[in-house]
Amino acid sequence: MYGLGIIRGMGITLKHFVDTYVDDLRFLGKRYYDESSLKVRQGPKAAGAFTVQYPEEKLAMPERFRFVPFLLFEENEDGTTQDRCTSCGICSKVCPPQCIWIERTKDPVTKRPVPEPKDFHIDIDICMNCGYCAEFCPFDAIKMDHDYELSSYDRTSAHVFNKERLSKPVSYYASIRPNFFLAEEKVRAEENKKKAKQAEAKAKAKGGGKAKAAAPAPAAAAPAAVAEAPAPAAAPAASAADLDAAAKKKALAEKRKAMIAARKAKKGK
Amino acid sequence: MAAPATPNTETEVLSLEEKFAGIASPDTREGYEGYIIAADKAEEVVKYIRDDLGYDYLSSVTGVDYLEDDHMEVVYHAFKTEGGPALNFKIQTDRENPRVPSITHLYPAAEFQEREAYDMYGILFDGHPDLRRILMWDDFEGWPMRKDWKEAYYEAETKPFKNRWPGGDVYRIEANNPFNKNVVYPEGFNLNGYNPLGDKTLYDMLNQYDRGGSNLKTDQIVVNIGPQHPSTHGVFRMVVRLDGENVNALKPVFGYLHRNHEKIGERNTWLMNMPYTDRLDYLTSMCNNHAYALTVEKMMGLEVPERADYIRVLMNELTRIASHLWATGFLLNDLGAFQTPMLYLIKNRELILDFFEATSGTRMMCNYSRFGGVAYDLPDTLRDENTMDWLHEMIHERLPRGLEELERFLSNNEIVRTRAIGLSPVTAQEAIALGMSGPMLRAAGVPYDVRRAEPYGIYDRFDFDIPVGTTGDVYDRYLVRVNEIRESIKILKQCLRDMPAKGDIMSVKPGYTHKVPAGEAYGRGENPKGELGFYCVSKGKGHPYRYHIRAPSFINLTGLEKLCVGTKIADVVVVLGSIDIVLGEVDR
Ligand code: SF4
Ligand code: SF4
Repeated sequence: MYGLGIIRGMGITLKHFVDTYVDDLRFLGKRYYDESSLKVRQGPKAAGAFTVQYPEEKLAMPERFRFVPFLLFEENEDGTTQDRCTSCGICSKVCPPQCIWIERTKDPVTKRPVPEPKDFHIDIDICMNCGYCAEFCPFDAIKMDHDYELSSYDRTSAHVFNKERLSKPVSYYASIRPNFFLAEEKVRAEENKKKAKQAEAKAKAKGGGKAKAAAPAPAAAAPAAVAEAPAPAAAPAASAADLDAAAKKKALAEKRKAMIAARKAKKGK
Repeated sequence: MAAPATPNTETEVLSLEEKFAGIASPDTREGYEGYIIAADKAEEVVKYIRDDLGYDYLSSVTGVDYLEDDHMEVVYHAFKTEGGPALNFKIQTDRENPRVPSITHLYPAAEFQEREAYDMYGILFDGHPDLRRILMWDDFEGWPMRKDWKEAYYEAETKPFKNRWPGGDVYRIEANNPFNKNVVYPEGFNLNGYNPLGDKTLYDMLNQYDRGGSNLKTDQIVVNIGPQHPSTHGVFRMVVRLDGENVNALKPVFGYLHRNHEKIGERNTWLMNMPYTDRLDYLTSMCNNHAYALTVEKMMGLEVPERADYIRVLMNELTRIASHLWATGFLLNDLGAFQTPMLYLIKNRELILDFFEATSGTRMMCNYSRFGGVAYDLPDTLRDENTMDWLHEMIHERLPRGLEELERFLSNNEIVRTRAIGLSPVTAQEAIALGMSGPMLRAAGVPYDVRRAEPYGIYDRFDFDIPVGTTGDVYDRYLVRVNEIRESIKILKQCLRDMPAKGDIMSVKPGYTHKVPAGEAYGRGENPKGELGFYCVSKGKGHPYRYHIRAPSFINLTGLEKLCVGTKIADVVVVLGSIDIVLGEVDR
């Protein structure tokens, strides 16, 4: 019969229309503005209208959701804060649209770089939310945020975020990504232990007199001592970061020395 | 129109170098393959490749600028529609006066691609019927993909840029305003008196067309549909010439979203390109990631762990379903069933995106593949439900139910049938010659699917059919998409059943620098829209020397004029909707 297809189609539209009202009964009037029913309404067993009444209703973000990154800082017990970032520059190197700008701090006396950023900028208009910075930061210092409501009245002045605007406490991170946080803390604690032990062994082997020659960054020696002390779970992070940076620097210096030696040898021939 | 391929089976077919000694010589450069063909004999050789060797499907044409060696190259990849690997051949030309014979008359699929190579490299294709710029505007000066050309926001040859760290002296990139210090106007140029030549050329060209059969004295008018028209699916323009309501000529104009993706890709490191591929066909980022990862893995010789392979298939097929739901919904929109069917369909798409979001962190810009695996394993839970249970419910219950509803809702709807059946049919030969791929090609009756023709990943393990149409009309394209959703569900069921519950997801240690051995590779995957190909050349550095994308939406448009001529103006938007284009990929 001609028109049968249309009638069937109409039947489906009618079913969709009725579904929501039937679904209302399932939730006994609690279909809207209710966290737990929202989850069901958006799951694979959902029936009826699918709409989320944003902004009155908001879907919970999955843990891995990523938006513009933020920087983490530790809150010490004495009220001071400590950036996790060591300004190693890896995130700014991997960033595909190159929207991370890091200014490294220099020690005013020795003029050596200090592992801590003086300032840190992200142009959030350019950030493509790819998540590479968080993926490759070796210090768990930059993470992807869940805060997606970033609109502003003037994009030309408000969308280059500086360090202050980007920084959020570690506790915030723990609240938005609890599973990631726990897993990372476990790894960090183990690494810290290992490094502390190594540092101790090294210090013993080298003895006091040679310390100056051995460590290219003398500042690193002090944090090593801190790391040995039984500190609260959060505190060793920064010192471990220092340690790591120091170790890396040392390795780099050695490599450079070896390279220079090799080049000299070549020239000699 | 190209003749159908009839591989000569009786007499033995000589290979290219036997037949054309001294004309077609094997490419002996390290890491390269295929043949280099002498430009003056190209016609003969290409004909032999098509007719005698049976490579009837020309997939990709692109240019490469070898600045240091002082020559340019046009690279072709042809396939057999019965399956198998590519035949790759190249024609070299000098940089000063680059000229290459056009092969558009042998392979109509080359038409837009040669225009693109001309637009990007300034290579002149002798004998091309319509050699105009295609992505850049007509009065543009310069050849943007040449190695010595610098874009408006140019900072350095390759990333990372030095001033980001440790200096960190931040400025807004927009301060490098293209109309400020980076762009130079020609001497005596006056913006106010500027009158673009391009449109005049275009209209003149359309007006050359024959008036066609009608002996009624009717006025023929030229109408612009778009660039901003709701049914053009983005910023896309069709200039049509009408005789009454009948279309008798049509030229698509695009490039409004052009950002020189490939140039950006050549400044990027290998890994940096991954999130950029998301932005090609932004409805299918998972598949784009996969195809790009495949190409680079091919060059690096990387294996992918079993579980990662299954996850990739899972993601690909879910993407295919999501994309086809979207395409069908919007086709109905164009047919006049405004919004209602589309909203029913994208409900299930939303759920699929939920899964992508929980796994990769983003609904659409997934950035999920890595060289040698995938970025993350599947999450444990999704909206407080065990992920595997959630997937099971989706794949075994919800999606089949949705598909069944879609069929009941639309497939037999008399209005849909009356509008779509018999509209803009295309034969198998035409579809092959025009380089169509994906549902477009299969609707015309060619059972060609990269997953079957040259299986990648673990697609050879799955049991699935390749739906084909018979007449290649709009209704067939719709049906092929619907049936592909069914096949995808079939693959997903097998995937869920066989996927190892645990295992590595990366075969190498994740890292951000990749040394890719020097050489070239063409990698491709069956995207929902068609064959997505990546042609990459490496010089052994941390970034690609050449990074080209064979975009299915772009090449499917080659046949747009053929499909639309003879239809009514009201049907043009329907035909366009049935091709299913995404402008992010067309314009790149
Ligand atoms: S990679 Fe991490 S530690 Fe290094 S500069 Fe970036 S945020 Fe700081
Ligand atoms: S998310 Fe990606 S684009 Fe954004 S700052 Fe990080 S690396 Fe750069």
